[in-house]
Amino acid sequence: MSMLEKLQPIFREIFDDESIIITKQTTANDIEDWDSLTHINLIVAIEKHFNIKFALGELQSLQNVGEMLALIEEKVKKNE
Amino acid sequence: MFKKLTYPFDMEYILRKKRSIRRELKAAIQQCSLNNEHIVSIKIAILGGSTTSEIKDLLELFLLQEGIEPAFYESEYNKYYEDVMFDNEELRRFAPHIIYVHTTNRNILSYPDVTDSPKTVENKFSMALQLYESLWRKIEQTYQSIIIQNNFELPSHRLLGNLDCYDCRGAVYFISRLNSAFADYAARARNFYINDINYLSSWIGLNKWHDKSFWYAYKYALSYEAILCLSHNIAAIILSIYGKSKKCLVVDLDNTLWGGVIADDGINHIQIGTETAEAEAYTEFQEYLRKLKARGVLLAVCSKNDEHVAREGLNHRDGILRPDDFVVIKANWQPKDTNICEIVKEINITLDSVVFLDDNPIERDFVRSQLPVVEVPDTLMNDVSRYIECIDRACYFEPVTLSEDDIRRTEFYQETQQRCTLQSKFATYNDFLISLEMVVEIHPFKPLYLERIAQLINKTNQFNLTTKRYTLAEVEGISKDENFITLYGRLKDKFGDNGLVSIIVASIKDRGLFIDLWLMSCRVLKRGMEFAMYDELIRRCRMRDIKHITGYYNKTKKNALVSNHYGLMGFELSDKNDNGDTVWSFKVPDDYRNKNCVMEIVYDREG
Repeated sequence: MSMLEKLQPIFREIFDDESIIITKQTTANDIEDWDSLTHINLIVAIEKHFNIKFALGELQSLQNVGEMLALIEEKVKKNE
Repeated sequence: MFKKLTYPFDMEYILRKKRSIRRELKAAIQQCSLNNEHIVSIKIAILGGSTTSEIKDLLELFLLQEGIEPAFYESEYNKYYEDVMFDNEELRRFAPHIIYVHTTNRNILSYPDVTDSPKTVENKFSMALQLYESLWRKIEQTYQSIIIQNNFELPSHRLLGNLDCYDCRGAVYFISRLNSAFADYAARARNFYINDINYLSSWIGLNKWHDKSFWYAYKYALSYEAILCLSHNIAAIILSIYGKSKKCLVVDLDNTLWGGVIADDGINHIQIGTETAEAEAYTEFQEYLRKLKARGVLLAVCSKNDEHVAREGLNHRDGILRPDDFVVIKANWQPKDTNICEIVKEINITLDSVVFLDDNPIERDFVRSQLPVVEVPDTLMNDVSRYIECIDRACYFEPVTLSEDDIRRTEFYQETQQRCTLQSKFATYNDFLISLEMVVEIHPFKPLYLERIAQLINKTNQFNLTTKRYTLAEVEGISKDENFITLYGRLKDKFGDNGLVSIIVASIKDRGLFIDLWLMSCRVLKRGMEFAMYDELIRRCRMRDIKHITGYYNKTKKNALVSNHYGLMGFELSDKNDNGDTVWSFKVPDDYRNKNCVMEIVYDREG
């Protein structure tokens, strides 16, 4: 399963919206409920699910889901 | 109602499913209110010294799943002090029942400095404490709401190492002192409850509690895992205030109270005492249960055994619990749901106040499927060394106060059983009642009893005409208000003191009296006490020249018992609603004859 496919259910559950389809180009502007508070939920859920921890400042520069994916993959690889 | 948030919590699940859990719980509550079930709605203001959004969300879930529907006010980030101390129209209009002050050690502004003299430290301490005391006083004056206040967690680091806990300039020492001062205040104050985050953070570990990146990035003063634990703890306090703590623990015997199966292994081979590690664990668990019982939790047995075998086990020389520690012992071969229903009926409590403990997953599953409102802890029940944790950390039996009534509760129920035995010896029921030598003290509310009164108001479901709930602050307000007649009744008989068991709240408008609330504890049903209460109410009406009384019956799922209560009191039905609610009216006659003839009424000096 690709990383994108693994992220898909997390997004759907966090936003409680089965119709969400994320792509590498998805940004916060594309999902109506993606505000700063839900963002925190999303990040913590990803951290728990992949057993990783984002370092302070790592997330600010991310432009879209694709860049987030790359960062998660990098961290998961380090864990292995 | 389905329960997803049970101890130990599945954090990832809750985090990811938060929205859909909320949606489903809201729908379930909606359904309950369509079925005319009483839903408690409470207004909670969260005043935070750090971000509180997630605390609010999770607290809402914990309350919704217990049938409480909360509405929230949240202060702006770190505006807890300003929100209270300065005029705040929005908060005033919100009129919170509860104000929760979520402050943490991040909010202590004046920590001691290593260069401070003891006197300077003392000043800093007084300043820190005064800030909170002025906050609490202001809340009391302006909002009269219940206060739930965090104490402080210990710091994540110790500048002075071990010295930090005993040098007056140490932060650990400073925080510990503040916590004791908060505890002293709480012990004196009314309507004030401490949310003990000092304990919670120790329980989950400071290392897990503090999450610095969570603070730097989002200004949460604690980790996500800690927020879950915190919200659960606040919910437990609120449930307790609203009388929704559990009352009765029903336990299995084999492999629950002792190791092994007594019918197979024999009395000499069950694990209890100090001989083996396993026996030690069961003994400590029995000791814990005995202490729970001592503070008012009712214990009952539900076990598949012959009764004489079960009793033999409970009389084991090394056991702690004895047969008379239990209000009911059901040891037979009936299905467990049937036994639990019978237990509940015999001691007159409701199913939703029961926790059922059994090591057997099949029995647990069965009871859960047949009686979904019974709390059946699961995950930790495969390991006796975690049984205590299983009950303790789930906060099932959270008490807000410890009254004399709580401590004597098992006795009350046992006296009830003695009365039942006596009952069969009399020709008429009235003869039996007279033989009980009952004495009732009936009097308007007085300060000494306000807490017990609020407790009873919030947990009585069966003999309760309107099921209106009042907070302690509201009870206090009504007790001082000239426009109300309030009465409480304390009943004693030859077997003992039943304590304060009945309450009437009635409001006076234009020389008419409206009975807003009339309730009686189920432990004194069928004793004729309602007639004595009514006689006293009439006496007070006549003193105040009140000619007309209106009574209401608001139907709930649990109060069918009193649907014709006003009819029995001689009222006439004046209105009937489609949902089963009725309104009754009574004209006070000049020649009213007392209805009570089985108990003596005493007035204390003020009466």
